[in-house]
Amino acid sequence: MHPLAEKIQATFPEGFLEAVEWRGDLAVIVKREHLHAMGRFLYDDPAMAFDYIVHVSSVDWPDDPERFEVVYEFYSIRNRHRIRVKTRVPEHDCVVDSLMDIWKGADFMEREVFDMMGIRFRNHRDLRRILMPDDYPEGYPLRKDFPVQGKGWRDTFEFLNEGTI
Amino acid sequence: MGLIQIGQREKDGDLGVMTLSLEKAVNWARKGSLWPMTFGLACCAIEMIAAVSARYDIDRYGAGVFRASPRQSDLMIVAGTVCRRMAPVIRKIYDQMPEPKYVISMGSCATSGNIYDSYSVVQGVDRFVPVDIYVPGCPPTPEALFDGILKLQDRIMVKRVFTKQPDQVKV
Amino acid sequence: MASLEDQRSTIYKVDPEHPETESLPTLRTEELLLNMGPQHPSTHGVLKVILELEGERIVKSTPVLGFLHRGVEKLAEDGTYQQFIPHTDRLDYVCAMYNNYAYCRAVEKLMDMAIPERAEYLRTIVAEVQRIIGHLFWLGTQALDIGAMTVFFYTFRDREILLDWFDELCGARLTTSWYRIGGVERDFTPSLEAKIRQFLDYFPPKIDEYVVFLEKNRIWLARTRGVAVITAEDALSFGLSGPTLRGSGVDYDLRKYESYGAYPKCEFSVPVGKNGDTYDRYWIRVEEMRESIKIVQQCMDQMPKEGAILADVPSVTLPPKDRVFTNLESMIQQFKLFSQGFDAPAGEVYCGTEAHKGELGFYIVSTGGGKPYRLKIRAPSFIHMGAFDEMARGYMIADAVTIFGTYDIVMGECDR
Repeated sequence: MHPLAEKIQATFPEGFLEAVEWRGDLAVIVKREHLHAMGRFLYDDPAMAFDYIVHVSSVDWPDDPERFEVVYEFYSIRNRHRIRVKTRVPEHDCVVDSLMDIWKGADFMEREVFDMMGIRFRNHRDLRRILMPDDYPEGYPLRKDFPVQGKGWRDTFEFLNEGTI
Repeated sequence: MGLIQIGQREKDGDLGVMTLSLEKAVNWARKGSLWPMTFGLACCAIEMIAAVSARYDIDRYGAGVFRASPRQSDLMIVAGTVCRRMAPVIRKIYDQMPEPKYVISMGSCATSGNIYDSYSVVQGVDRFVPVDIYVPGCPPTPEALFDGILKLQDRIMVKRVFTKQPDQVKV
Repeated sequence: MASLEDQRSTIYKVDPEHPETESLPTLRTEELLLNMGPQHPSTHGVLKVILELEGERIVKSTPVLGFLHRGVEKLAEDGTYQQFIPHTDRLDYVCAMYNNYAYCRAVEKLMDMAIPERAEYLRTIVAEVQRIIGHLFWLGTQALDIGAMTVFFYTFRDREILLDWFDELCGARLTTSWYRIGGVERDFTPSLEAKIRQFLDYFPPKIDEYVVFLEKNRIWLARTRGVAVITAEDALSFGLSGPTLRGSGVDYDLRKYESYGAYPKCEFSVPVGKNGDTYDRYWIRVEEMRESIKIVQQCMDQMPKEGAILADVPSVTLPPKDRVFTNLESMIQQFKLFSQGFDAPAGEVYCGTEAHKGELGFYIVSTGGGKPYRLKIRAPSFIHMGAFDEMARGYMIADAVTIFGTYDIVMGECDR
């Protein structure tokens, strides 16, 4: 196993689930209860020192019991290594802890995940939709059960009758 | 009812008088001073900027005075993908422009949605704003935009100014 | 500069030296909400920002994004891997070649492919030329926004020369789609090579020309020096990248950190700023243009004179056109690749590339088959907008335009 993954496993024996290395990318799968503590560890520990947040993403697996996957990717400028941290959330309880108190950039990235996939982030300062309007009625576009052409919102122009000038 | 004749000097026996219908004169003035609005939405806006800048110089067609305010402009060049979230804004800007006003739909996205057949893209700006000229291309080159402007000028020249026209079609 | 609190106190507190002012009624102050955009000439597209102002100072700003959200990530799941290349052109439409490059690199990492040497050089040359175009566009518009209009016409003059090459290379000025998974679409023509060499001599003096217009312009200096300062620690925490991060003194450049293409074989330096202000970021971009010229020069000299430009992996790359017309297997292969795409292995990769705005990354999840299961674009413009509130706080309202400009924001990439 990758030495970074070994160290994470030693620090968080309960939270650590699996480490995958493929095409040179290290991905660590963790339990969502431990995500925030692990994020703090990844940021603070001098051997880790992941000071740079790369992206926050999400994947929808509709057939799995824990449907959504939240993906964080970090890079360490000091130590020049990269890690991907993944965690799973079920559909009925779609909440993970926000990491925006550790990496400020997580603010917008988590908002985008919320907007596109409907995953909520606990303790997020300003969890609103970011790319779609606040009153967007059709749900979360990147879920697999959402049609590409949408559900008709793009063809409704209610503002035409308001007579605005 | 002849076209405008300019450039004859007095020593040629011309008295500085020209005859033409007032309608033609008004249309000629309008076509020669199309003030567009700076309204770039996406990729086509870059080509619109290129059309303004050093090499192409849109000012040759009298359309170089880009205005930031819809109240001062005659021409809206919808340059880029029209997203549903942007649609009310575009309509409002169109409503704010004073008559006579013209709309050029620049590029495939504004015309028909292009490759973006997705949940958030309006499939053509003509669904909520009347369009005069469609310019094809993704993005259209500055030359193509000029062609659109010239076509619009031709159209302006045959417009009736002092006779009643049927009301503008409301969408 | 003095903090906001200090400035407030100097304005509103009663001066003990002049007791006569004590009788003045207490000044009532109120914060003003100003809506900027989405139709605004200097927001580089359809960006909207709600500014909370106190006088002319920005107290808080809330960027409102999504006016150009086209659902690209959803559309990616609906098409094959090759079909997404034209979509990448339209992400950051100023700099289409580099988007193609970043995407193709991500898919090549997924497919674990090797690229022929000549193709690597071609890719690097065109990518660096695209970087110059991006920086020229940035320099022109940034100067225009701040009020120095002349530079705009000069940079666009030179940008047109480069766009003419692209026209010759792939038939399009902006939306190029020249890169292919496994290589490039077509080779340089001899006339194009001659033009590139000519440009290498022509361009460096021109950079000095732009600089003359700006570096002695007092207004330009006053409006860029000390504006929008961000510390290295904050910049990293926000995930900023590219010149925006390097302006704060972090030398993070993927061309050096995770070198790719022909960059390891070239000698170039990465300019790094000190103060983290708008001026440093401007300086970095100007220096990067000089470095790009160096890279193109070295690549032109080192490049093998001939060789394949597309990897020969029949399951992924298209066969040569002359074989398609004469050989049945090649025709079937071409047909299958276009109708179904290639069969990608299950797995997930992230691949970041140093575009001229910053780290442009693609995160691809594949479950096998010809279409990506999930494709996430790490767009630098979007992430830079996350830091806008922090960087604009306390500055004048007129500086807001400078700060959009200093990110080099493009909304197609920001909203996707």
